[in-house]
Amino acid sequence: MSEGISQPDRPQEMQGADHGAHADLFSKFDPLIQQREQLLAAGIEDPFSLVMEKVISPTRAICNGRDTILLGTYNYMGMTFDPDVIDAGVNALRDFGTGTTGSRVLNGTYQGHRDCEDALKEFYGMDHAMVFSTGYQANLGIISTIAGKGDYVVLDIDSHASIWDGCAMGKAEIVPFKHNDIEAMEKRLKRIPEGAGKLVVLEGVYSMLGDVAPLKEMVRVAKENGAMVLVDEAHSMGFIGENGRGVAEEQGVMDDVDFVIGTFSKSVGTVGGFCVSNHPKFEIMRLVCRPYVFTASLPPSVMATAATSIRKLMHGSNKRAHLWENSRTLHGGLKALGFALGTDTPQSAIIAVIMPDLERGAMMWEALLTEGLYVNLARPPATPANMTLLRCSLCAEHSEEEVQTILGMFERAGKAVGII
Amino acid sequence: MDRAAVDTKIRSLIEPFNTKGVAIEDSTTFANDLEFDSLTVMDFVAAIEDEFDIIISMNQQAEIENYGLLVDAVTKMQDDA
Repeated sequence: MSEGISQPDRPQEMQGADHGAHADLFSKFDPLIQQREQLLAAGIEDPFSLVMEKVISPTRAICNGRDTILLGTYNYMGMTFDPDVIDAGVNALRDFGTGTTGSRVLNGTYQGHRDCEDALKEFYGMDHAMVFSTGYQANLGIISTIAGKGDYVVLDIDSHASIWDGCAMGKAEIVPFKHNDIEAMEKRLKRIPEGAGKLVVLEGVYSMLGDVAPLKEMVRVAKENGAMVLVDEAHSMGFIGENGRGVAEEQGVMDDVDFVIGTFSKSVGTVGGFCVSNHPKFEIMRLVCRPYVFTASLPPSVMATAATSIRKLMHGSNKRAHLWENSRTLHGGLKALGFALGTDTPQSAIIAVIMPDLERGAMMWEALLTEGLYVNLARPPATPANMTLLRCSLCAEHSEEEVQTILGMFERAGKAVGII
Repeated sequence: MDRAAVDTKIRSLIEPFNTKGVAIEDSTTFANDLEFDSLTVMDFVAAIEDEFDIIISMNQQAEIENYGLLVDAVTKMQDDA
């Protein structure tokens, strides 16, 4: 679960229009339009129309006219303003132009796309890497292509929208299980008819609460039951695991994961998605995966920034250590202030602050913005158990002082709104 | 297990989820009459799956709009299993 602001990650069926003579196809959105108008009429700044007028650094921007600390951008490793990364992008922009105007399988594979895939193979120590135009398309493409009619996809109920949409686009039987529940997953795997193809889809870090999956046990159980395993490591790349390969590496099950899905729009600091794998037949994906074939490839400048960033992340142990310090300081500080948090311990670079209800959540979000702090507001129905959350994602470039400043802002805003 | 026995069993399983005490008939729908949200559906389906040792995939759930269709589907599935 993640960026869905007014809808859950798992797609919901919308009612068709009333069968009048001139049915307006938009009438199905009326309840949502109404709810939004009510919220804005209460005088609250629209949480979903924020404009960053100027970006000063990975952690600072001018938002709606205010100097603001960014604590909700998933820019975990602060690579967006890295001088080497910017240089690589500028050079590629000049040497190769602004865009490829073509699919990867036609005229859209430049030297930079190959180099970026090589960087991914080095980073993950895997045989194959395939770059997609976005992380969303990576999940959409791989899941819908490898799990076909008669196969079974077993997935966590709190999966990201791109995973659900990949399931919806494929023709496989979809079997969800309760979040992070090993036993529920195992029971479902054991009931799948003998001989059917099985794909288990998991995430390393779940982005709503910032909690980590018990991959060690889950991957073992999946393998014991003859399933292939796909793990989305979007929110762990660069800082979880010895080489920053993610939760699967940290829990020692990297060799049993068949497909790792990731993104360039978080730790890597640009845009794009990928899948890495050791499957001997993996390269055929380039010909059969529609979200890879039927879209233009990423611009060469994006490939150059991604490749440079990925190679720098391989040697980012100092930044990594500082990010974890920040996560621990913020988690401990918010807890001491009396806020309810999504996890008992800091498990990732995401810290979710649980709000008592949507109204006070929106007020708190606005109070923080006025203080000069940007966090993500996540609200029902996008959230698990219909919680309203303020999600904070830390950056390795947040200084110790900035984290203390952030805690001061939370304290003042929390008292003003009456949450602590 | 015949249809009547499956019906009795599912009636007892649905009780904790039927918080408004809606009278259950074959035509009772889950989304409208019982007002189940997606999390309730997951928990309810899991309870049935565990009781009968079957899988009701989301694809199959999409076809099961009311209580009667659910009892039919479960009766058939546990026969086939």
